[in-house]
Amino acid sequence: MHLYNLTLEHASSIPSAVVGNFSGNRQQEILISRGTRLQLLRPDPALGKLSTVLVHDVFGSIRSLAAFRLTGGTKDYAILGSDSGRIVILEYDAKQNTFVKLYQETYGKTGARRIVPGQMLATDPKGRSLMVSAMEKAKLVYVLNRDAAANLTISSPLEAHKPSAIIHHIVGVDVGFENPLYAALEVDYAEADNDPTGEAYTNTEKMLTFYELDLGLNHVVRKWSEPTDPRANLLVQVPGGQTTSGDPPVVRIDGPSGVLVCCEDHIIYRHMDQPQHRVPIPRRQNPLEDHSRGILIISAVMHRMKGAFFFLLQSEQGDLYKVTLEHHDEDVVALKIKYFDTVSPATNLCILKSGHLFIPSEFGNHHFYQFQKLGDDDKEAEYSSADYPGNGMRNPSQPLPAAYFRPRPLDNLVLLDELESLDPILAARVQNLPDASLFYTACGKGAKSTFRTLRHGLEVEENGNSDLPSIPNAVWTLKLTENDQYDSYIVLSFVNGTLVLSFGEEIEEIPNSGFLSSEPTLAAQQLGQDAILQVHPRGIRHVLSDKRVNEWRAPPGLTIVAATTNKRQVVVALSTAELVYFELDVEGQLNEYQDRKAMGSTVLALSVGEVPEGLQRFKYLAVGCEDQTVRIISLDPDSTLEMISLQAVTAPPSSISIADMLDSSIDKHRPTTFVNIGLQNGVLLRTVLDPTNGKLADTRTRFLGNRPVRLVRTLVHGSPGVLALSSRSWLNYTYQGLVHFTPLAYDRLDGASSVNADLCPDGFIGIAGNTLRIFQVPRLGNKLKQEILPLSYTPRKFVSHPQNSYFYLIESDHRTMSPSAIAERVKIMEMSNEKVDREMLELDPQTFGHIKAPAGVWASCIRIVDPVNSKTVAVYELDNNEAAFSVAVVPFSARSGELLLVVGTASNTQLAPRTCSSGYLRVYAFTEGGSALELLHKTETDDVPMSLLGFQGRLLAGIGKALRLYDIGKKKLLRKAENRQFATAVVTLNTQGSRILAGDLNQSIYYVTYKAPENRLLIFADDSSARWTTAAVMLDYNTVAASDKFGNVYVNRLDESVSKQVDDDPTGAGILHEKSVLMGAPHKTKMLCHFHVGDIITSIERVALVAGGREVLVYFGLHGTIGILVPLVSKDDVDFISTLEQHMRTENLSLVGRDHLSWRGYYTPVKATVDGDLCEYFAKLPAQKQIAIAGELDRSVGDVLKKLESLRVTASGF
Amino acid sequence: MSSELRYTANTQLEHLHARYTGTGHADLTKWEWATHQHRDTLSSIVGHPTLTSYLAVADGESIGRIRFEMAEKMLQPCGPPPQKQD
Repeated sequence: MHLYNLTLEHASSIPSAVVGNFSGNRQQEILISRGTRLQLLRPDPALGKLSTVLVHDVFGSIRSLAAFRLTGGTKDYAILGSDSGRIVILEYDAKQNTFVKLYQETYGKTGARRIVPGQMLATDPKGRSLMVSAMEKAKLVYVLNRDAAANLTISSPLEAHKPSAIIHHIVGVDVGFENPLYAALEVDYAEADNDPTGEAYTNTEKMLTFYELDLGLNHVVRKWSEPTDPRANLLVQVPGGQTTSGDPPVVRIDGPSGVLVCCEDHIIYRHMDQPQHRVPIPRRQNPLEDHSRGILIISAVMHRMKGAFFFLLQSEQGDLYKVTLEHHDEDVVALKIKYFDTVSPATNLCILKSGHLFIPSEFGNHHFYQFQKLGDDDKEAEYSSADYPGNGMRNPSQPLPAAYFRPRPLDNLVLLDELESLDPILAARVQNLPDASLFYTACGKGAKSTFRTLRHGLEVEENGNSDLPSIPNAVWTLKLTENDQYDSYIVLSFVNGTLVLSFGEEIEEIPNSGFLSSEPTLAAQQLGQDAILQVHPRGIRHVLSDKRVNEWRAPPGLTIVAATTNKRQVVVALSTAELVYFELDVEGQLNEYQDRKAMGSTVLALSVGEVPEGLQRFKYLAVGCEDQTVRIISLDPDSTLEMISLQAVTAPPSSISIADMLDSSIDKHRPTTFVNIGLQNGVLLRTVLDPTNGKLADTRTRFLGNRPVRLVRTLVHGSPGVLALSSRSWLNYTYQGLVHFTPLAYDRLDGASSVNADLCPDGFIGIAGNTLRIFQVPRLGNKLKQEILPLSYTPRKFVSHPQNSYFYLIESDHRTMSPSAIAERVKIMEMSNEKVDREMLELDPQTFGHIKAPAGVWASCIRIVDPVNSKTVAVYELDNNEAAFSVAVVPFSARSGELLLVVGTASNTQLAPRTCSSGYLRVYAFTEGGSALELLHKTETDDVPMSLLGFQGRLLAGIGKALRLYDIGKKKLLRKAENRQFATAVVTLNTQGSRILAGDLNQSIYYVTYKAPENRLLIFADDSSARWTTAAVMLDYNTVAASDKFGNVYVNRLDESVSKQVDDDPTGAGILHEKSVLMGAPHKTKMLCHFHVGDIITSIERVALVAGGREVLVYFGLHGTIGILVPLVSKDDVDFISTLEQHMRTENLSLVGRDHLSWRGYYTPVKATVDGDLCEYFAKLPAQKQIAIAGELDRSVGDVLKKLESLRVTASGF
Repeated sequence: MSSELRYTANTQLEHLHARYTGTGHADLTKWEWATHQHRDTLSSIVGHPTLTSYLAVADGESIGRIRFEMAEKMLQPCGPPPQKQD
């Protein structure tokens, strides 16, 4: 078995982000890491939107990002810390739109190891050096400089190691142009490790240490080290140094230098041998708050403005605090803190000079805000260190009195844009519909959780929708002159006439357009400089700017059946299968070519491309004939109307469109001319037209729908594209240099045209039935359209019902109080006459999150979701501190196959170690057609039920270490059989026949058989390697595909003979007495395939994504990855694609310098799986390399590209 | 093996142990081994963004908090060392 891995949707989380002027012009950009991808975002200050400039896979895990700028430079460089054991400095090349690796310095082993640097990065604010640190001990300092040619240089590393020290955070200290200084938060464990009494452990101090890079001696020294708060977690740079400006020169101190030490509950200002300042972090004024829980700062940013600076710090609940330092030159007078606003908890805060704030959320959608004000003159309480004795440091070991604020809706920030993110996907399901597949995903964490329905297609924004008197069959938009910016006319063709509408404030009919209104229109075109043209069945009308009409009439008795136009050329086909060719001359006169060309077969479709810039005409004409041929005919003056080439097609063509589009896989510099041929059977052929000899080559086919294809040449975001209309509408466009073909998530269209108007720039106009639609496609990068339904708590699992269309979803949140628990607490408080601030309890959880509670407190509910309408049908909250962990729809044969919903819950659950006061199996009956539930009974269990499954008319439950079989009783579920031999906990269950595949939490998949005569559940096979199972699916009776917690996906198979032997044993006595192997089951499965995806797979399913296509494995990753594993069918395919992969590996595409083979074989060597994501980079390689690799494979470049596309399209339709 | 050679081999090993924290040796105690294992695991969790997310979702905490608590735990993940017996 060989698999081909393809990512359909890449991870959408942003673990790190950094702001900088990477392209070197004045505009700031945001460089974000998507975990295993690097993406450059550019904010558009006018529109307030973020757009993607460049994305690149790194084939490694990015752990940290930083930016620096050499002194006096204008361009920022990016530094990548990763798991490659190398530090990489990248430059963004704006001209080529690529990342250029300037330096790649190896310093250690690969992998996210304890003492190999890469975890944290710090840079000197003046760009003279950088520090890269591990979690423990190792810190390396590199000196950055310029050589004589002003190129960046990097030194060999200098060590700043401290053995047996855990490093919490590092930051570069701003010291102006003195020797670069770094601050580190370190804890030394050496003493604690040698003291059995535990006293040294309690006395261990967290040290704030300053390391100085002596540029003169080229040496790093530990300059200063002092204990600080034991719960410190983050350091923030404070501006320092001085600037000289003006004439006469004035020396101004920029700031006091030093660092802010963010601790739990406090912020401390600290600098070498300077007095400290401490302020408390204000807490939410919440009556139910857990006082023992500290406030932790999770992200921070310092921002400089002209002559001033401030800090934004964010707590883990998402509250932003503005922190300011009052200082006289280098002496700090006071440290002040106040509440600013509340946004999603972020992994980084990115402030842009344009006054924007980018929030890459830890979970869920990422946000782009604009600062309205800086919270300078509001009534928010400000806490200053000057108000506390000894600047808050009188007694550093004691906390300061708690400070409070009232959270409120956004005041200082305004939301401008949102980047959709699926992170985290916790459960998912694929539904295969005839025209497209739907992905249902349960995403998110806590109150920001969502249930999302994803449909393959570009999102469409509708700008207008108006009814028409009858059903038109085609639409055009026209400019009046060549230089018009916007379109003025809409031409609608009906069966018996034509309607011309104006396009402006209001859409209304134009009576004197010069177009014939009593005939349908075949083509409409803005011609030459300022004329317009209409082709109708009886002739051609050339309307000049002064409304004079030059008319050409079709010969008597004949009609025009097809027409094609561009700015200077018109070709019409007559009902006698003759072609008539017209061309515009220099005087603006349309001249007929003296000869007509007989085609011999009725012409169905015609197309001529746009006139290339600076030329008189487009040289080729494509003609589609009824005899199932497409012919290319020359329009060159030397050989006018001579046939050049002919292509036979499988059905009569219905529409042809020639478009020049940029496809960098074919030609990186010039657009390629594509002949798109739509057939009457719904198939689209895309062929490349050789511009020099007119030959057709490299045909790709695609099935679009079950209606004849209609093609329209359009503009998509300013570049040429093609709109293909069948039973679905598809858009063919160039994005990031490559041609894409994506359906529109929109109603079926009968005709369309592109529109450029004031209210709808870069838009489209379409007809659907008797309505006229004006719409836009705002985001070309997003190929999945999302419909979002908000949830209350973190979703855990969901199941579908075999008979109705509802989903039954369980949600549970740890450290969250259920509404009933809150009500109870409030009642108790009110009984004891405490004042309860109701307003604070009613804050919207979606913005402010749920109220935090101690560990072991749970809120949970069961939700019925209507996925068709994206609506919640019913919600059942669980009380009694119960949390739901598993759910299944089970047909019980004891109740003659009645379907019941079983939910596995546990009360007072503790996570580590996993305990609960009692587990429960709740059995619900479906009422009101499944839109409501009725609790039948609850059965107690001794552990948490982590997995449930219907099995032979009974319930199979994984309850802690036990696998049990239950039957339904009147008041309880009745335990029928049990096996307690599982290692930790049964988390996944799959079944076929009497075989059960049970996934253990950390011991991979067990093969279990149920022997009915003896009523035994017997383990007969397991995996030889221990794996932390997260998801599993059976591929066939003996084979399972599963995934583990470290981002691997693998396929295991049981030997056929063992399988047979087990099935033939009627009682299972043989298995029972077999000798165990490797302290496990008597038989072992064999690993067939193995692959490291780089994201934790939470859900895996076997499904066909394309109607009539083969089944593939679809997986969903925690960080939002959606990918497929395609089984390769032929040996040729395997040979071809694995050789291609081998060649691609040698190209070293990884931006972090990770070896591809070692990345895909992170924990176990990659086996029998080809990385399609890497292979698809073939399209982006330089032409010479493409040719060389294709030569090695004995194919042409076009063949390789075609094969890659067909693998993607036939398996996924994407 | 001459005593001199044994001496140099030993110093080399010591040097390697000092250089590569977490490397085991023949006399490693159970506690030392477990402590190394835990520290390796904890730093690996902090180093993999997917694992921190995974734990954060399970525990209902923020990623920032998980990272901090994991780093804190590295100080003494398996309790104090056992009393030395001669």
